[in-house]
Amino acid sequence: MKLAYWPGCVSRGFTPELHGSMNLVAPKLDLELVELDRANCCGAGVIAEHNQELADTLNARTFAMAQSVEGAVGMMNICSTCQGAQSECQQRLDADGDYRAQVNSNLSAESLAYQQHSEWWNKNFLWLLVEEIGLDKLRERVVRPLEGLRIAPFYGCYIVRPTKRLGYADHPDRDQYLDYVIEALGAEPVEYAGSHKCCGFPVITMNRTTSLRQAGRHLADAIDAGADCLVTPCPLCHLNLDMQQPAAAKFVERDLDVPVLHLPQMVGLALGLEPKELGMNKHVVKTKDVQRKPAELAAA
Amino acid sequence: MPEYTLKLRRYNPESGQPAYWSEYQVEVDSERSVLKGILDARDGQDGSIGIRCSCQAAICGSCAVRINGKTALACNTAIGEAAEKAGPGNPIVVEPMNNYPVIKDLIVDMDAVHWKKIRRVVPWLLPDGPPPEREHIVPAESMIDITQSMACIQCGACVGACLSLEVDPEFVGPAALAKAYRFVGDPRDGQEAERLQDLAEDPHGMYDCTHCFACIEVCPKDVAPMSQIMRLRRRATNDFGIKDRNNGYGHEKAFTTLVEKYGTLHEAQLLPRSFGDGSLLKGQTEPGAVKELIANLPTVVNGLKSGKVSPRKALFHHKLPDQGNVKRIFKEIESKDERVELNLYIVGEDGAEEQGAMSEGGMES
Repeated sequence: MKLAYWPGCVSRGFTPELHGSMNLVAPKLDLELVELDRANCCGAGVIAEHNQELADTLNARTFAMAQSVEGAVGMMNICSTCQGAQSECQQRLDADGDYRAQVNSNLSAESLAYQQHSEWWNKNFLWLLVEEIGLDKLRERVVRPLEGLRIAPFYGCYIVRPTKRLGYADHPDRDQYLDYVIEALGAEPVEYAGSHKCCGFPVITMNRTTSLRQAGRHLADAIDAGADCLVTPCPLCHLNLDMQQPAAAKFVERDLDVPVLHLPQMVGLALGLEPKELGMNKHVVKTKDVQRKPAELAAA
Repeated sequence: MPEYTLKLRRYNPESGQPAYWSEYQVEVDSERSVLKGILDARDGQDGSIGIRCSCQAAICGSCAVRINGKTALACNTAIGEAAEKAGPGNPIVVEPMNNYPVIKDLIVDMDAVHWKKIRRVVPWLLPDGPPPEREHIVPAESMIDITQSMACIQCGACVGACLSLEVDPEFVGPAALAKAYRFVGDPRDGQEAERLQDLAEDPHGMYDCTHCFACIEVCPKDVAPMSQIMRLRRRATNDFGIKDRNNGYGHEKAFTTLVEKYGTLHEAQLLPRSFGDGSLLKGQTEPGAVKELIANLPTVVNGLKSGKVSPRKALFHHKLPDQGNVKRIFKEIESKDERVELNLYIVGEDGAEEQGAMSEGGMES
C-alpha cells in the first residue's frame, strides 16, 4: 500500500524514535511511505488560534502535496495532534467551496491546490492499522506476541474529540482501536480512567500545575490499574507522559516510573523488531521491563 | 416495548452513607429519552430517585448527567442509543456530572460551580459612555459572530466534562469563558480590552484551557466553548497585544514565529521563547520567566540524559527545502486587512456552497 506520509514535527524533533520506528515497521506491513519532506507544521491548533486562514492554508498545502503523490491511496500521519488539527482544517475546506477557492489562491504561487474528494483521506497510523490493513493481517504478522504485557492505551484528545469532525459517524469505534491493536498483538489492554483524557501538554508553558497534574493523574491511574506500560499514537502526549514524568510525579506526590511506548514501537516489538532499533532506549522512563517480558516468553 | 436496565448512582450526602448503585428495569420506546426511563423508574418503582428536569425538550438545560461516562442531557439522549452504546447485556449507567458537588443522586450543585463561574466574567453588557436615548442600534451582521455563544442554555454539561477543571477547580471554565466571548464580541460592549486583560492575566483564565475538545463534544447546542476560548485568545494576542503573565501571548508568538522561520516546529526553542514574548533573547530575564525556566531545567536535563535532546538539536533546526513558500504564505495572509474565519456553526457543516456564506457569517474584522 503506497501512502503519502506526513511524520509531523515532534517525531523528527524530540521523539525521533517515533519516526524511526515507523520507518522500520512500514515494510513489515507492506506500506510504502512517500515522505512529504517539503510539507509544513500542522499548527497543532495554535496557528488556527492565531489565524484560521493561515492554518487552513498551511494544511491545504500539505494535503495538496499528498494528493500529488502518484499511486498513493491516501495520506498517513503518526500524531494524534496532526490528525485533529488537519481534520479541523479539512472540515472547513470541504464544507465551503468559496472558502476552499480562497485558501487555494494562497497556494497558487506554488501551483498547488487542495482538491475535495470524498474518497481522499488522511489517517493516523492507528486508524490505518484497523481500517486499511486490518487486524487479521496484523495478527498474521505477529512473530513475538506481547503475551503477559498489560498495556494501558492513551489515545490523545485530538484523535477522539470532537467525534462529529473525526469520522466517528462512519467508524463509531475509533475510540476503541488502541485496545483492539493491543489485543491483536497478544497483550492485554488495561482499562483505566485516563485513557481518553488530556495529557496536559498544550498548557505546559502556560499552566504547569494543570498540565502536570493531568499527566501525573493518568499515569497513576494506569499504574493502579496494573499497567506495565502505556502506549500512545501522539508524540505530544508522549512528551508529557514520558519526558515530563519525573516532574509530573512531584505534582501528584507519588512515584510513577511507568514506561510509555509510541504506537509503532509497540507494533514493531510484536513484529519482531529489536527494542534498540525501535529507539526504546531513548526514553526518559526506562523501558527495560517492557522489553523483558515478551523476551522471556519467547525464550521459554 | 423494549425493556432497558438503568443503573443509577445514588448518593445522599445528608444520610452519612456512602454512594451506591440501584438498577431498574424500564419499558420505554427506544426513541424515547433516558430521562423518560429515569422518570418512569421514579414514578413506578422508587420515589426516592433524585433527578432535576423541567422541559424534557433540550431547552431548559436542567437534566445534564453522565450517561455511560459521557456528559449529556438525559432528555436529549435516546434510550435505545444509550443501550447500544453500553453494549449487549450491559446496563445504561447514569451518574451525576463530574466537577460538581452532588446534592442528591443525579442532582448537582449548579450554584457552587457553574453559576459562580458565570458570575466571575461579569455576564452583562458594560457599554461605554452615556446610554443612548433609545435602544443601541448595531448592524445585524455585527452580532452574527456571537450567536454561537448566545445559543448556550446554561446546562453546565461542558463544565462537567471539562478536563482542566478536573485538576484545577479554580479554572474559570468553558461555559463562563464562552459567556465572556459573548460580550467581548458584542459591538455594544465597551469593556472589551478590560475583559480580555482580566481573563488573560488570571492564571485560571483563558490560558488554563488544555484544548481537549471535551466541551465541544458534549455541548447539546453546538456552542463549542473551546472555540470561543480560542477566539478570546486570538483577540487578546492579535488585536490587543496583551502580554500576559501566563505566557499565553509568548506561546502563540513563539509557535507561529518558529513555523514561519523554519516551516516545522523547533521544539527546543519553543520553551525559552514562550517565556520571553515569543523571541529567543528577549524577556527571559523577567523574574517570572527566570522562575519558569528554572522549573523546567530538570526536564531539560532528563531529555539530555535520555538522548532525546542534544545541544546541537537545541541550536540547529533544518529549514524546509522551500521554506520561502511558507514564509510567503505567512506574510500574505497576515498582511490582509481582514482576518477571515469560516464558522461552520453559522454557514452550515455540510457543503454550504451558497454564495456569500463566508462574508455573511464568518468574517471577523
